[in-house]
Amino acid sequence: MIDFLNALTLFANFVLIPGLAYGSQLALGALGITLLYGILRFGNFAHGDTMAFGTMTVVLITWYFQSIGISFGPLPTALLALPFGIALTALFLILSDKLVYKHYREVKAPPIRMVMASVGVMFVMNGVVRFIIGPNDQNFMDGERFIMKARAFKNATGLNEGLAIKSSQLLTVVIAIVLVSALFWFLNKTRTGKSMRAFSDNEDLALLSGISPQRVVLVTWILVGALATVAGVLYGLDKSFKPFTYFQLLLPMFAAAIVGGVGHPVGAILGGFVVAFSEVTVTYAYKKFLTYLLPTEYAPDGLMQLLSTDYKFAVSFIILVVVLLVKPTGLLKGKVI
Amino acid sequence: MKKLLLASTILAGLTGAAFADGHEVKMGVILGFTGPIESLTPDMAAAAELAMKETAGKVLDGKTVVSVRADSTCTDAAAATAAAERLITAEGVVGIMGADCSGVTTAIANNVGVPNGVTMVSPSATSPALTTIEDKGFFFRTAPSDARQGQVLADVLKDKGITKVAVTYTNNDYGKGLAEAFGAAFKATGGEIAISAAHEDGKADYSAEVGALSAAGAEHLAVFGYVDQGGKGIIQTSLDTGAFDKFILADGMIGESLIKNIGKDLEGTIGTLPGSESDGAAKFKEVATAGGLAKNDGPFMPESYDAAALMILAMEAAKSTDRAAIQSKMMDVANAPGEKILPGELAKALEILKSGGQVDYEGASNVTMTEVGEAAGSYKELVVKDGKFETVKVR
Repeated sequence: MIDFLNALTLFANFVLIPGLAYGSQLALGALGITLLYGILRFGNFAHGDTMAFGTMTVVLITWYFQSIGISFGPLPTALLALPFGIALTALFLILSDKLVYKHYREVKAPPIRMVMASVGVMFVMNGVVRFIIGPNDQNFMDGERFIMKARAFKNATGLNEGLAIKSSQLLTVVIAIVLVSALFWFLNKTRTGKSMRAFSDNEDLALLSGISPQRVVLVTWILVGALATVAGVLYGLDKSFKPFTYFQLLLPMFAAAIVGGVGHPVGAILGGFVVAFSEVTVTYAYKKFLTYLLPTEYAPDGLMQLLSTDYKFAVSFIILVVVLLVKPTGLLKGKVI
Repeated sequence: MKKLLLASTILAGLTGAAFADGHEVKMGVILGFTGPIESLTPDMAAAAELAMKETAGKVLDGKTVVSVRADSTCTDAAAATAAAERLITAEGVVGIMGADCSGVTTAIANNVGVPNGVTMVSPSATSPALTTIEDKGFFFRTAPSDARQGQVLADVLKDKGITKVAVTYTNNDYGKGLAEAFGAAFKATGGEIAISAAHEDGKADYSAEVGALSAAGAEHLAVFGYVDQGGKGIIQTSLDTGAFDKFILADGMIGESLIKNIGKDLEGTIGTLPGSESDGAAKFKEVATAGGLAKNDGPFMPESYDAAALMILAMEAAKSTDRAAIQSKMMDVANAPGEKILPGELAKALEILKSGGQVDYEGASNVTMTEVGEAAGSYKELVVKDGKFETVKVR
């Protein structure tokens, strides 16, 4: 029995909890991508860098708050800075829409041209972020770091294995749940949300029934800005903020959006967790886990690791390719890319 | 407008020429001022420049050696090669102090340094592979090979009674070379390597790597990485998840920024760093403080000082700033016979050489070159105590 509990704790500590947190972060990122795809009809390559931009504004505001002595008790100060960061990011996105995407919408450019334009926007954002805050790691986590420390858990339960829960991990999951519920409420219950869904389903019909396209576009960008900033800040609090790693997040986020079904909000969340847990479970070495569970004579000698951790990103690639081949609409029926 | 531009260009060219009036000799200082060891390199460069300052106006009847800095980036071989190319062709340096990380150092030596016949002295490239490159005698290092560090680490662990470790190394020449050297030496002492896995630098999340490392069932984790990069991430994640709390560090991981970032959980961590507690090391601290350096005992600072000093002395011994002549005298000034020279005594050494005598440069790191031109190497065994790396003994 003790062995079983040890195995469970081990699994929770190295797979379940990190996977949940990472999955929530990916889900929020993928939601932004899917929303934009559903309503404005293009895959936004600049999304990773939008996250970086949003996080950067939050980091800068957090530093300002810290310097004038504002703090949020045991919670990270970054949460206080979040609304300001979201506002700035939304403004930046609306500006990029006015300068770039608006033109392509007006000439009714095919989606691929919008995608290419978003690659351009991506490079600009890339540069802006590096120009302002630099390419290096920035740590902006403050407040209480742990809810439960591994050693404290060991002492309390008498198990061999520790279980650590970082406050950033719990925050990530809680905030993701709140934000996603709010988004669904907004899309399903409010007038603006309904008009956005109508616009997504059939643009012409929506226009005929008097829905203002400018308003839909504006609200979409604000939502995307909010989702991207929150996802970026949570990732940064949990790990660390570095512009390049945010750019790298683009691949798993796209994989998540596509796996779930592009344009399908529930699918994005599902996809986020599928990608996160595949990355973590495939690269985890199960030797110790199995040693606890199996009788001594069957204990494995090898590491019992399917893929070396070097190939973590390959997992999202493989998922992406397989889904596109086998079920191009994604797990939940989304739009075909 | 065009004429104005042309005129100003010519003018700029003229003033440039005016400064190079024959009393200055340029020496390249190529280190990773950006990249994974950027927190160490400013002090290393300052130490090298200290040797130049000390001999200002005294080399070859009144010449001064001045430094031309360039960025090796530590990781990008193409950028490092281009930077070294600029030093050699455009700046016309007589020798190069550098580079720092093993991969870029190999690239520079193979592509630019050796083909152009420029003496290079690296203060910190420690890959065992550099022992055997085709250097035609132009590549030296004041840092010992990691083959030796691997052995020393294995001895340290044996003395402490540690018989099983997990190893993670940064995925490059330095990390791989050290991990192999250590693995072989540790097995020879009867130890067991539970797992040896690479990690990539510059990632935000190392939980998967740490999960795999901890699953192998060792209690100690040896980290052969960089202090500002993946190595730090691995240690932080290990502590956060409770996977490991006992660490063994190699030279790339020794830096105050690590203790500053991680905090008191590092207490009891052991490590090795090239260097010694010799008279020279103590003397170097005095000289560095007197010279107004920000720090007086950073990692690789003594080796950097020695690298620059050796080339300056070789220049005097050769009585020429010719690149090949410098190379031919390197071994003579580094090894016996001759009068022993410590840091701060460079002026004396120059006098001896000028009058035809011989010197045996000991310097800050107890320099003795092996026949392939690298330091034989003594290592400090360190332990983290009260938030500081403290030397336990020298091996």
